[in-house]
Amino acid sequence: MTLTVEHTTMPVLGRLPIHSSRAEQVAHIAEAARQIRIQDLKLVHYAGAGHIGGDYSAIDILATLYGAVLNITPDMVTDPERDRFILSKGHVAGALYTTLAAFGFLPVDDLATFLKPLSALNGHPNRRKVAGVEANTGPLGHGLPVAVGHALSAKLDVSLRRTYVLVGDGELQEGSNWEAMMAASQYQLDRLTVIVDRNRIQQGATTKETNDLDPLPDKAAAFGFAVVEVNGHDHGELLDVLSAVPFRPGKPTFVIAHTHKGHPISFMSNNVAWHHRVPDVAEFQQALTELEAVVPGYTKELRMTERSEGIIKHSPPRVSSAPGAKRGRG
Amino acid sequence: MSIVETSIADRPRYDCRDAYVETLAELAHADHRIVGVVNDSVGSSKLNSFRKAFPDRLINVGIAEQDMVGVASGLANGGRIPFVSAASCFLTGRALEQIKADVAYSNTNVKLCGMSPGVAYGELGPTHHSIEDIAWLRAISNMTVIVPADPIETAAALRWAAASDGPVFIRVSRMSVPKVYDEDYEFRLGRAITVRGGDDVTLISNGTVLWRAIAAAEQLATEGISARVLSMPTVKPLDTGAVVAAARETAGIVTAEEAVSGGGLGGAVAETVVEHHPARVTILGIREFAPTGSAGYLLDHFGLSPDGIAAAARKLVSRGR
Repeated sequence: MTLTVEHTTMPVLGRLPIHSSRAEQVAHIAEAARQIRIQDLKLVHYAGAGHIGGDYSAIDILATLYGAVLNITPDMVTDPERDRFILSKGHVAGALYTTLAAFGFLPVDDLATFLKPLSALNGHPNRRKVAGVEANTGPLGHGLPVAVGHALSAKLDVSLRRTYVLVGDGELQEGSNWEAMMAASQYQLDRLTVIVDRNRIQQGATTKETNDLDPLPDKAAAFGFAVVEVNGHDHGELLDVLSAVPFRPGKPTFVIAHTHKGHPISFMSNNVAWHHRVPDVAEFQQALTELEAVVPGYTKELRMTERSEGIIKHSPPRVSSAPGAKRGRG
Repeated sequence: MSIVETSIADRPRYDCRDAYVETLAELAHADHRIVGVVNDSVGSSKLNSFRKAFPDRLINVGIAEQDMVGVASGLANGGRIPFVSAASCFLTGRALEQIKADVAYSNTNVKLCGMSPGVAYGELGPTHHSIEDIAWLRAISNMTVIVPADPIETAAALRWAAASDGPVFIRVSRMSVPKVYDEDYEFRLGRAITVRGGDDVTLISNGTVLWRAIAAAEQLATEGISARVLSMPTVKPLDTGAVVAAARETAGIVTAEEAVSGGGLGGAVAETVVEHHPARVTILGIREFAPTGSAGYLLDHFGLSPDGIAAAARKLVSRGR
């Protein structure tokens, strides 16, 4: 069976003008996320490898950050005052490369080299080879300490630059994260935002079956963070929360973004098998059809299952600064 | 480079950590980018005066080595030049993956200062000994490994590290050592220093053992054996030219270091010799988890005393070329 789809067809989207309305920004992010998913699908299919489940749970977060939140553009990648984004869950490098390409940091054509011999686009990102990558991640539990170090440097510089780090939820089983959270709290790094891609599935099973993280909001609050929970596929919620930090002066922010691995593809979503499965031709075409059919706002219809607490709406942001404070239980 | 009038063993001894903190403060005064990063190791790194002078620029992450090295990498990303100061056993053992990924592979401008390395912690035992650090870090690409021998070389290596861009590991000795170098000593990366000329046999050493190798050469001289002593402060990159010349020009090489006897200086010298000019090499180092004893006792126990080094050299010379 021959595929008729071009490998690289994604348009470069860039940033909207500064004074765009919220509605325009949300629509822009939604379209970017859709295009990034289509491109990422091709990336994984043609490379015959990758982590599409985790890619898809993180893409709405990445599109929001690069589309409307981070103060960084392709001509700012060495600007000392740029915001920093660190992808701690380095195995979703494909999603990062595709996002960087969507916003002009990387030529779209380069995506065709993903995982090919001698390509700059390794299975885990390399800052020495890809403009826009801030840290060489891959081993889990590394990004958060690095982000704390950067946030500290900004504080020493009395700079307003911000630091965002995206960690997987399974990754939080690594103790180094909690070491870093203690330091972030001790140094009152309120321009540091930790985003957890809370898809509740790690490599081979759910987090609950493996080494349960709940009650995660209480744990993060106990470590001194202002905690916010959002629908990690709702671009409006993500935009509002990620651009509004800090929520508590002197406290770093912990955003728990509830997501689904493989979202929104019918046969991938919330399915543990899709951690690093590669779509075959039929699956590729089915996924492509589903992605091409979605319209902006589709995430509103997302059905959140397997939630212990359901989605806590952020408007106004539900922020808890101490265990149990202000946040309803159950 | 150094003129040995009286026996080196009789000279005054110095704790290299004093030169370390003095130099770090001097560098920090001159360059606002320099910060210290510690794991509660302010006292053991002798950094109290630094903290007093630069309270905001001594980052203490608590007893958390993985975080400490990751934080240093992030500080470097923000334009700072972090000097991580922590007991070498915990810095290298506990944060090895951060050293590999966040520092070496990420090529961040982080200076890792392994305090109280080797068997400096003596009776505290093998958990606190750092004898594997050189072998571990030498195995990591893009990592420079420096083992200074005295306070002058410690200060010089620090100044070099502050001025260079990229990952560096420097051992900072706690066990007191005599000065080997003159005050005008200039550190050059990857350069061996012939501290004593000789044609019969070569002793290659660094760190706390270098002066013991010099004392061994003094002993050998009284017996009519002319021993060349090469100081090898840079284990990586190694001065292969000096090693190959020693292999060619003398009966053999004895390496002596305060580290495991595989994978460190001795390993590097042996690899070079095997590849370029096969010659006899005797590697003196620490062969096993050390028994209880003071640092000085343990060096003697593992043959790293002047007598032990001289005996190894004598054995090589007696076998002829």
